[in-house]
Amino acid sequence: MMRISCPLIDGPATSAAQDACGLRELGVGGAPVDSFPLPAVQDIDSFEREVVEYVKPNHGTTTLGFIFQGGVIIAVDSRASQGSYISSQTVKKVIEINPYLLGTMAGGAADCQFWERNLGRQCRLYELANGKRITVRGASKLLANTMFSYRGMGLSMGTMVAGWDEAGPGLYYVDSDGQRTKGKLFSVGSGSLYAYGVLDEGYRWDLSVEEAVELGLRSIYHATFRDAASGGTVSVYHVTQEGWTKVRGEDVGELHFRFYPDPAKHPCNSVDPLAV
Amino acid sequence: MSARYDRAITVFSPDGHLFQVEYALEAVRKGALAVGVRGSDAIVLGVEKKAVAKLQVAQTVRKIAQIDDHICLAFAGLTADARVLINKARIEAQSHRLTLDERASVEHMTRYIAGVQQKYTQSGGMRPFGISTLVVGFDPLGRPALYQTDPSGTYSAWKANAIGRNSKTVREFLEKNYAETSGRDTLKLALRALVEVVEGSSKNIEVAVVEKEGGLRFLADDEVDGLVKEIEEEKAAAQPQRPAAQQ
Repeated sequence: MMRISCPLIDGPATSAAQDACGLRELGVGGAPVDSFPLPAVQDIDSFEREVVEYVKPNHGTTTLGFIFQGGVIIAVDSRASQGSYISSQTVKKVIEINPYLLGTMAGGAADCQFWERNLGRQCRLYELANGKRITVRGASKLLANTMFSYRGMGLSMGTMVAGWDEAGPGLYYVDSDGQRTKGKLFSVGSGSLYAYGVLDEGYRWDLSVEEAVELGLRSIYHATFRDAASGGTVSVYHVTQEGWTKVRGEDVGELHFRFYPDPAKHPCNSVDPLAV
Repeated sequence: MSARYDRAITVFSPDGHLFQVEYALEAVRKGALAVGVRGSDAIVLGVEKKAVAKLQVAQTVRKIAQIDDHICLAFAGLTADARVLINKARIEAQSHRLTLDERASVEHMTRYIAGVQQKYTQSGGMRPFGISTLVVGFDPLGRPALYQTDPSGTYSAWKANAIGRNSKTVREFLEKNYAETSGRDTLKLALRALVEVVEGSSKNIEVAVVEKEGGLRFLADDEVDGLVKEIEEEKAAAQPQRPAAQQ
């Protein structure tokens, strides 16, 4: 049987070229692959699939982000649920990576918090090494690389990396499967379906800043109304060339009465709820 | 004194020298000349062509190498060492693209190459690379950049520089005559510097230019000869008129 020679992969484990392209860390090229302990089971794949379910934490969340003429809007809810128990109504789902980069949290809270803070550390080291800020593209890629290297090990994270760099506003969706997608509009979480409904209908590139903030607010509100796993308060952030600012932090209950002071006008009421 | 301190290069001499690094610099000084000139819209690299044997295929002996679409490198010193370093640099350029979804900046590339050169001055059993490099390209903000590295692992940015044989003369010429130029003038400045010490003909000179849009472009032989002719005519015109022969 003919054997294809590939010195980079088959060569001695000390090859500096392997080092340079990170092949050694991947366990290719002579380095022992079982360098971390593996569970002593017959079928690792099914075991891992099973185990991931045990660790699977609350995905109950609605987060959204979109780019428009005035920059980037990020809007999130603040509810954490464990089954039908609401464990918190005051979770911070926007992680402030640095003054010009934001990350949202959906999926495992610990995973999001830790890896986005780690991203902040990587971004800072980049700044020090290169004398300039990292781009949104670069930052999202670093996070996606980390997610990919832990693929299949049970991380749960669906995040949006938003910011502003020389190329203008940037918005990337990154998740724990290693997916990384650039886009103008995203919503992530169990309430995302409801948010998309309102967002897609109201979105225009030429929204004013006020209109865009309002759109983000309304989308999250409607998602919290229909999705049991989303609620609490809506936080809205606006990202411009100067960096991000938090522009809103409002309770969804208050929003309900602000948007629909007349209960009869609320979409869910086909019948006057106060009629006898 | 030096005989006892230049075996293992991890050892300093009592007076603070790393002799292997200094010997490597000597090897660079013996290598064929390479000149780099930074213009406002391009960077020009000019090298002294090594004498090629009759049966040797000239195109396979190149002193100017492409590292990535937007970064090139010229070297002076041991060709085989250059080949190894160029390969490492190429891998790093792609690795950077993969990890950060972005082209590496010239400065990053230079820092990497210099880092590799430094590593070999601090490792057991390995000798330093016997080359200095000129790394050129456009930075992420679109400005032309020229960097130089040497066997010690230091690097810095330059407006114009020369490495290899007679580089001191060429550098002095550039110090006297450097001006911020663009387009053809940058080419002519680089060539004028080269012909100070190398015979001006496409047989002895190889020129490449790195432009923002087009990347690396090697000048054809007739283009080089044409430019050399222009330079020589300008030189002749600038010469003061010789006094008429006394009868």
